[in-house]
Amino acid sequence: MFKEVTIGQYYQTDSVLHRMDPRVKLIGTFAYIISLFIVNSFVGYAFAAVFLAAMILLSRVPFGYIVRGMKAIMFLLIITVIFNLILTPGRPLIQIWKITITWEGLSFAVKMAVRLIFLIIGSSLMTLTTTPNQLTDALESVMGPLGRIHVPVHEMAMMMSIALRFIPILMEETDKIMKAQIARGADFESRSLIKKIKSMVPLLVPLFISAFRRANDLAMAMEARCYRGGEGRTKMKPLVYRGSDMVAFAILAVYFAACIALRGAGY
Amino acid sequence: MGIIQTLNLIHDYITRDEEGNEVGTVRALDDVSLDVEPGQFIAVLGHNGSGKSTLAKHLNALLYPSGGTVIVDGMNTQDDDKLWNIRQEAGMIFQNPDNQIIGQVVEEDVGFGPENMGVPTKEIWERVEESLKTVGMWEYRKKSPNHLSGGQKQRVSIAGVIAMHPKCIIMDEPTAMLDPSGRREVIRAARALNDVEKITIILITHHMEEAIYADHVFVMDEGKIALQGTPREVFSEVEKMQALHLDVPAVTMVAHELRKAGVDIPAGILTKEELGAALELVPSVASMQSGKIS
Amino acid sequence: MALFVDDITYVYEKGTAMSVNALNHITVEIPDGQFIGLVGHTGSGKSTFVQMLNGLLAPTTGRILWNGQDIHEDGFDKKPLRAAVGLVFQYPEHQLFEADVLSDVKFGPRNLGLSEEECEKRAEEALLATGLPKEFWKASPFDLSGGQQRRAAIAGVLAMHPEVLILDEPTAGLDPKGRDEILDMVRDMKNHRKMTILLVSHSMDDVANYADRILVMNAGAIMMDGTPREVFERYRELEPIGLSAPQTVYILEYLKEHGLPVATDRLTVDEAAAEILRARKQRNV
Repeated sequence: MFKEVTIGQYYQTDSVLHRMDPRVKLIGTFAYIISLFIVNSFVGYAFAAVFLAAMILLSRVPFGYIVRGMKAIMFLLIITVIFNLILTPGRPLIQIWKITITWEGLSFAVKMAVRLIFLIIGSSLMTLTTTPNQLTDALESVMGPLGRIHVPVHEMAMMMSIALRFIPILMEETDKIMKAQIARGADFESRSLIKKIKSMVPLLVPLFISAFRRANDLAMAMEARCYRGGEGRTKMKPLVYRGSDMVAFAILAVYFAACIALRGAGY
Repeated sequence: MGIIQTLNLIHDYITRDEEGNEVGTVRALDDVSLDVEPGQFIAVLGHNGSGKSTLAKHLNALLYPSGGTVIVDGMNTQDDDKLWNIRQEAGMIFQNPDNQIIGQVVEEDVGFGPENMGVPTKEIWERVEESLKTVGMWEYRKKSPNHLSGGQKQRVSIAGVIAMHPKCIIMDEPTAMLDPSGRREVIRAARALNDVEKITIILITHHMEEAIYADHVFVMDEGKIALQGTPREVFSEVEKMQALHLDVPAVTMVAHELRKAGVDIPAGILTKEELGAALELVPSVASMQSGKIS
Repeated sequence: MALFVDDITYVYEKGTAMSVNALNHITVEIPDGQFIGLVGHTGSGKSTFVQMLNGLLAPTTGRILWNGQDIHEDGFDKKPLRAAVGLVFQYPEHQLFEADVLSDVKFGPRNLGLSEEECEKRAEEALLATGLPKEFWKASPFDLSGGQQRRAAIAGVLAMHPEVLILDEPTAGLDPKGRDEILDMVRDMKNHRKMTILLVSHSMDDVANYADRILVMNAGAIMMDGTPREVFERYRELEPIGLSAPQTVYILEYLKEHGLPVATDRLTVDEAAAEILRARKQRNV
C-alpha cells in the first residue's frame, strides 16, 4: 500500500541535476516556488513552464514517472479548483442551481491549479534527484546561520536523517505485527470505522513499544560512539561548491530576474 | 597494568512505582573484580539476567558504579573529563544489528564515530577504508544497511568501532540475534581483530562454542563471577556449568559421560581431536598441553 | 485433519524486475500428530512457506488443502483455519499489547467470537500449559523478562486451540535454559495434547533431539524429507547449503576415521557416549 506513493522518491540515474550540489537545488526550488507567486499572467506561467520543462529534461527522470507521482495529490488539486470556482465573487459565467461560477473564479481556479502543479513538480524534482542524505546535509548547511540564534539546526538534521533510516525498518515491522495479529484472528479489513479504529490498537501498541525500544538502543549506540551533538564534529562528506554550481546559481538568478521583469512589464 | 579493571564493582537498578518513588533496588552486579590484560580475548558467559550485559555497559561508561570502581586504560569511568576518551578507547558492539547503525549508507555509518571525534575529513576516509577492509565489507560500502544480512550488519558495526581506533572492543551478545552463518562471520571477525590488530576483545555471550577460543572465561551468575579460568578449566566443570544453566561443547559432554562410565580420559576435552588422542586412537596433540585452542 | 501442500510456488513482486521465486514447486503432506522440524538457511524460504499454511500468504500457483478443501477457494472461511493452524512468529513477544498478560492471551479466543467465560478458561489453560507462573498473569506483559514474555505470547496462540502449531524460530535470542524450556514445552504439546508440531529452526542440534521428521529447505524447495537419522546421514550435502549435522555426528565420524568402529548416526550426547563404549568393548574382545 505504501509502494504506490512514488511522489518525490529518489530516482537513481546520472544527470546534471543529480550531480548538482544539493544546496543549489534547495535554494533553487525555493526560488522557483516564489517565482510562481511573482508571475501573474499566462505569459508568466508559460515562462515558468518552459523553465520547469527544461529542468525535467536535464534531470533525465522519465516524465511519466513524475506524472504518476502526481496522482497522490489529485484529490487536493480537485478540491482547490472547486473551491476557487464556486467561492470567487465576480461576473457570473454559469449558474447551476444555487451555485454561481464566475469569470474571475474560473481564471483564479486555473491559475491556482497551474501554480499547485508546478509547485509540486518543482519540489518533487528536487527530491527525485537528491538522496535524503544529501538533502539533510543541504538543510543543515543552508539553515546553518540559524544556529547562531540557537535554532538546533544540526540536531534537526540528525533527527531527519535517523527518521529516514528507520522508516523502512518500521514499515517491515508493521507488516510483521499485522500478520501476527491476523494469525490470532484479528480483522483489519472491517468496514465500520469504529471497528477499524479499535482494530488498530493491537497493531499500534506493539509498534510504538518497538519504536521506543529502538530509540533507546540507538541513543545508547550513538553515545558509545562518542556522539555529543554538532559541536566539534567534522564531516566525512563536506559540501563543496564547484564551478558548475556557480553557473547554476547564475541561471537561477537570470530566471528570477526575468520573472520580476515580466511582472513589472505588466504581463 | 591491565587495560580494563573492575574493583568490587556493584550495580543496583532502582525500581520505581508508577509515581516514580523508589520502591526497592535490584542488585545486578555484586562485588565483581576482574583484570584484563592488553591483547587478551576474554569471554563472559552467563544466562539471561546474570548481569553480564550490565557489566558490559560499565566498561564503556554507559553506566556508572553504585559501588566500587571501573578503570579503563588507567582512567576511572566516574571521571567526567575522561568520558569521551574512555568511549573512544573501549568501543562497544550491541546485540541488535539494526539498532546501532546510524548511517543510511554503509560507509557513512563507519564514518560516524570519527566524525564525532572531530577527525579531519581526509583521515575519516582513510579510516573508513581501512576498517571496512578489515572486516571484509569494503565492497558493500555504498549499500544501504537495510539490504545486508544480520552478520554483515554486525560487521559494519564492528568496522564503525574500529574506525575510532580503540584499544579494546566490548561485544555485548553480538551474535544473539544471528543465524549460525552470521554467528560464524562475527566471531571470525572478532578473532581476526584480536590476532592481527592485537585489539583486546571482551565477548559477552551465552553461546559456549564462542568461548572456546578465549584466553580467559568468566562465568557470571546472579551478578557475581561464579567460575573463571581458561576454557579448559571452565568447561571441565560440566556439572557446575549445567547447574548454571549453561551448555558445554558436545564433545566435552561425550567425554564427560565416558569418564562417568569409567573410561580413563582427562577432564576438559574441548575438541574431537583431543578426544581421539585421549582414547589413544591418534598420537597426543600438542594443544592438550596448553590451555588455549587455536 | 491434515494439511496438504500441493505443488505451490510463490513469486515476490511478480512481473517486475525484482521478481524472486521464493518458493519453488513444494509438495508436502503434514499428517496429524507428527513433530516436524523445518530447517534451512536464512533466505531459504522457510518463513514464506509457513505463512502459506494458515493462509497469510497465497501461493502464486498450486493449492493448500485443509481437510481436503482448498483454503483459497471462494467461500472458504479463513478464521477457523487460523485457529486450527496456529502460527507463532519469530520474536512473538513483540506482538503483546494488552494491559495484562491474561487479557492478551484472550485476544485470540475473543476474535473467534467465544463467550467471555470460555475465553477466560482457554487463556488460563494456555498459560498453565506454557508454565508461566500464576503471579504474572495479571502483570503487564512489558514487566516480564524476555523468556516469560515469549511464553505469554505462545499462550496467546495456544488459546486458539490449534490442531497444528507452527513455531518460527521459537528459541531465537534465548539462553540455553530458556531454549530447553521452550522446546520441552513444545514436546509436551505434541505428547499430551496430540498437536501436530512444525518447528522452524536453524539449529540442527535442537531439531535432532525433538523431531520425528525433518524437512530441509534450500532455495525455496524441499531438498530432504525424512527421519532425523536419514537426513543426517547425508550431512555432507547439508554443509554446502549453510547447515550442519548435530555435533555428535562429527565427533563419531572423526573417531571412526581413526579406527574406532562406531556407527555415526547417533544424534544425542547420551547415544554417542553409549556407542563409543560399545565400540570400545567390541574392539577389546
